[in-house]
Amino acid sequence: MRIPILKLHNYLLVSIQIDLDDQTAIQFQEDLLSKIHKSGATGVVIDLTSVDIIDSFIAKVLGDVITMSDLMGAKVVLTGIQPAVAMTLIDLGIHMQDVPTALDLEQGLIKLRQELEE
Amino acid sequence: MNFQSGVHIKKEWDIVGARQLGRNRAKELGFGTVDQARIATAISELARNIYLYAGTGRVSFEIVEDINKKGLKIVAADEGPGILDISQVMEDGFSTSGGLGAGLPGVKRLMDDFDIDSVQGEGTVITTIKWVR
Repeated sequence: MRIPILKLHNYLLVSIQIDLDDQTAIQFQEDLLSKIHKSGATGVVIDLTSVDIIDSFIAKVLGDVITMSDLMGAKVVLTGIQPAVAMTLIDLGIHMQDVPTALDLEQGLIKLRQELEE
Repeated sequence: MNFQSGVHIKKEWDIVGARQLGRNRAKELGFGTVDQARIATAISELARNIYLYAGTGRVSFEIVEDINKKGLKIVAADEGPGILDISQVMEDGFSTSGGLGAGLPGVKRLMDDFDIDSVQGEGTVITTIKWVR
């Protein structure tokens, strides 16, 4: 299974709408980095509105892909994290403190624009 | 209503299968959305540990009833190498696999009752319960 990555101007948009298994998560990591490389995108929004579980493995993959994208010069914002997912992540002890987040896709794009203009 | 069901963990995809079945059981039992997410996440961590460290095993679900409460019992059992030092794996941040080391201490916080029984060279059985509030 592949997660579609859409290009919009200088941004890449991703909406994760499936129950992520490990293999799909790793594949997504590779796909996103190669898409950043090919497109020259400077910002990425990963929307998690439809994701109802993030376990420690998926949290690690997401955290890693944010750091990797940053190394390549693209900023990532996570959007739409559900209340139940936020509570579960804290119970797990995963704080994702340095990760830029926003309420929804629209706010995510505004945040990206602000971060990239600074 | 006292069924027992479960998922054999043999391949990576079974981790997803186990947490989906567990989430459905939790929903049927009347757990709210947040507790369903907690239970599904705990199952995911337990199933992944089986897959990573033992290769194969089983995650099973059972409804348990106490005097005035009902809960979902999850048993994750494998015949893997066992855990060398249980107090070490219950520490936040300890991992031998390059993971976040959030797994077992995380499961303990996500659930209500938690018990590990592990014998080196024989395997590990983790029993954990979430009570319906």
